[in-house]
Amino acid sequence: MNSASEVKATSPLTYGLGLILAAGGLMGLFLVANARDGAIALHGYLFVAFCTLGVFWMIKRHYDGADPIAREEGGVLYNDGVVRAGCIASLFWGIVGFLAGLVIALQLAYPALNLDLPWTNFGRLRPVHTSAVIFAFGGNVLLATSFHVVQRTCKARLAGDWAPWFVFWGYQLFIVMAASGYVLGVTQSKEYAEPEWYVDLWLTIVWVVYLLVFLGTLMKRREPHIYVANWFYLAFIVTIAMLHIVNNLALPVSLTGAKSYQLFAGVQDALTQWWYGHNAVGFFLTAGFLGIMYYFVPKQANRPVYSYRLSIVHFWSLIFLYIWAGPHHLHYTALPDWAQTLGMTFSIMLWMPSWGGMINGLMTLSGAWDKLRTDPVLRMLAVSVAFYGMSTFEGPVMSIKAVNSLSHYTDWTVGHVHSGALGWVGFVSFGAIYYLVPKLWHRTRLYSVNLVSLHFWVATIGIVLYITAMWVSGILQGLMWRAYDSLGFLEFSFVETVEAMHPFYVIRALGGALYLLGALIMVYNCWRTIRGDLKEEKVAGLPAAAPQPAAAAQ
Amino acid sequence: MAFKHAVIEKNSILLLVLTLLVVSVGGLVEIAPLFYLESTIEKVKGMRPYSPLELVGRNIYIREGCYNCHSQMVRPLRDEQERYGHYSLAAESMYDHPFQWGSKRTGPDLARVGGRYSDDWHVAHMNDPRSVVPESIMPGYPFLAETTLDVRFIADHLRANRGVGVPYSDEMIEAAEADLLAQVTPDTDAADALLERYPGAKVANFDGNPELTELDAMIAYLQMLGTLVDFETYEPEANYR
Repeated sequence: MNSASEVKATSPLTYGLGLILAAGGLMGLFLVANARDGAIALHGYLFVAFCTLGVFWMIKRHYDGADPIAREEGGVLYNDGVVRAGCIASLFWGIVGFLAGLVIALQLAYPALNLDLPWTNFGRLRPVHTSAVIFAFGGNVLLATSFHVVQRTCKARLAGDWAPWFVFWGYQLFIVMAASGYVLGVTQSKEYAEPEWYVDLWLTIVWVVYLLVFLGTLMKRREPHIYVANWFYLAFIVTIAMLHIVNNLALPVSLTGAKSYQLFAGVQDALTQWWYGHNAVGFFLTAGFLGIMYYFVPKQANRPVYSYRLSIVHFWSLIFLYIWAGPHHLHYTALPDWAQTLGMTFSIMLWMPSWGGMINGLMTLSGAWDKLRTDPVLRMLAVSVAFYGMSTFEGPVMSIKAVNSLSHYTDWTVGHVHSGALGWVGFVSFGAIYYLVPKLWHRTRLYSVNLVSLHFWVATIGIVLYITAMWVSGILQGLMWRAYDSLGFLEFSFVETVEAMHPFYVIRALGGALYLLGALIMVYNCWRTIRGDLKEEKVAGLPAAAPQPAAAAQ
Repeated sequence: MAFKHAVIEKNSILLLVLTLLVVSVGGLVEIAPLFYLESTIEKVKGMRPYSPLELVGRNIYIREGCYNCHSQMVRPLRDEQERYGHYSLAAESMYDHPFQWGSKRTGPDLARVGGRYSDDWHVAHMNDPRSVVPESIMPGYPFLAETTLDVRFIADHLRANRGVGVPYSDEMIEAAEADLLAQVTPDTDAADALLERYPGAKVANFDGNPELTELDAMIAYLQMLGTLVDFETYEPEANYR
């Protein structure tokens, strides 16, 4: 069934795709010829290049031999190539995103770094950072891990021949169009949904194919049950589709120009945006990464998931409650009060399923706690779940209106986001990549386990510096804004509160630099692993491992 | 118990459909009523669509990502009202596609910045923020004063806004380009016609330079922010329901 010949077969669907790509290329040319602005012309060129390369790739593929990467495992010929590509893309975009974050952190501390140029100012670069870490780094981690997990837990090769590759490369095109657009000033100004209408349409196409690949693989599974990690991945894919489509409803000024106007206005647009924005966190950065937790923590610990029943309760309560939490981004605004209260109530309730998930993840280590001492990859995964617990406690606290009146608009929010992003999303991703790289490239282990440990400590110190600096600066600024002197006047002008932030912005940038350094250590370690090198080293708590010939893995 | 979760776990389509149902509820309950509850948006006097120059300025504000550091939403808290003015009303952003409430105040709130500073101050501030506020960490935008304003497609912009519900009339769309140019030429007939269509718009040579630049549009937008609703006559009680 899953023989090489099936992989090689050229179906009518493939010819259809070739024609669609050719038509897409012509559409790109049309955009270039009629472009109203430079950005859409550039994106037209990119689209032409994408379609042309796609057609060449399909022709080349037709004449190529069997997939050189594929190896049969338990009678299934898994599609590991696209997972490998996803891992490499994750490493690449991770560095880009962390670097962009460091640059804008330094710009806040030293404004001269904005260079007085349009393409380098904070306002244009901040979306580059957020999109690069969330959608480029996080998105590629989700693509790679979901494609890996769904294959192994279903004991079936990924559905579709070219479709997984279309999802991968189509997604990279989305990232490049989004990021280059921001730098050129193309944005909808909706946070985490900045790309303009045509980029949104492209992502919609890619995403539908992603859903079909995932669902198709579930359907041809050889296991009776769908594993819990896949529930979370499926909920992530389908909910992001819903959020993306509704939040990006817009009317373009022209079909050959980048600018569009949102369908909704003012208060309705605000709530739609934060319904989207909070659930980009809830489903992209939480549900998707919980899928990672439910597969990679048990794998790395070599223990079963702590509680099946808790998984069920965790899943349904989490996805039901998360969707309601959006209005807590709009406390005390012109949003009707009933919606704010509803948002706050559900945000507090959300604490329970979040901690249910944390407990399910951490308690999976039952009987394997000793491995935390010797296995830094497992340590990274466990600490990520601890950070998840911490930020999902902090979130409900900040959603309380009285707390929010102080924290909103300040750096406290930024610190909260980063304890979740750096601690939870980042660490669980690093853990998954460290698990995947030796496995996908058929190495006995990582190049160096001690470098993983170093990465862990450097990054952890970076996170601690980052979030403590933001707690102090956020609460300090919130208190300064509302401080009154003895005569009943506001004590501080706005700019005095800006001045007070400077030392914390420097500390935050230092924390970010350490986190970036940790990621660079990871890239080096993964690169050496992929090359087939093994470092002779003594791992703390373990007897020195005898060096194994790397060639054995080839 | 008759129900077994295994039924869902063994049927991917059932899992998909149930998931979609479960995640739809919250949004439907919270967002949909905002479109038909009359109490969502107050009844106020003075709101009008943006003049063409203000709209272009707003688009530059969006393009440069100003919303990343500046909110446009004054909350009804004592210190905010003393610092920024009357709390923001939903009606004040009823023509904002998209909204610009923001989420972070690295810089101050701008909901009511209109009329607070002179045009000259804005010119100096946009060119080099630290020339007027030494402690500021805002980027400089000297390129705005050097970039000629692109006015070619302004009527299309108004038309697209009408498409999403902003009440631009045929007359406004027809006069869009003329109105755009008129807003920087005070004391002309064209400026009077503009003011007829967009009451309360500020007409001035904003950047002090004869050429129509992006800086003109940006300052025109900043100077109108929060100035449309007349709070002398606004009665919040009239909106209680």
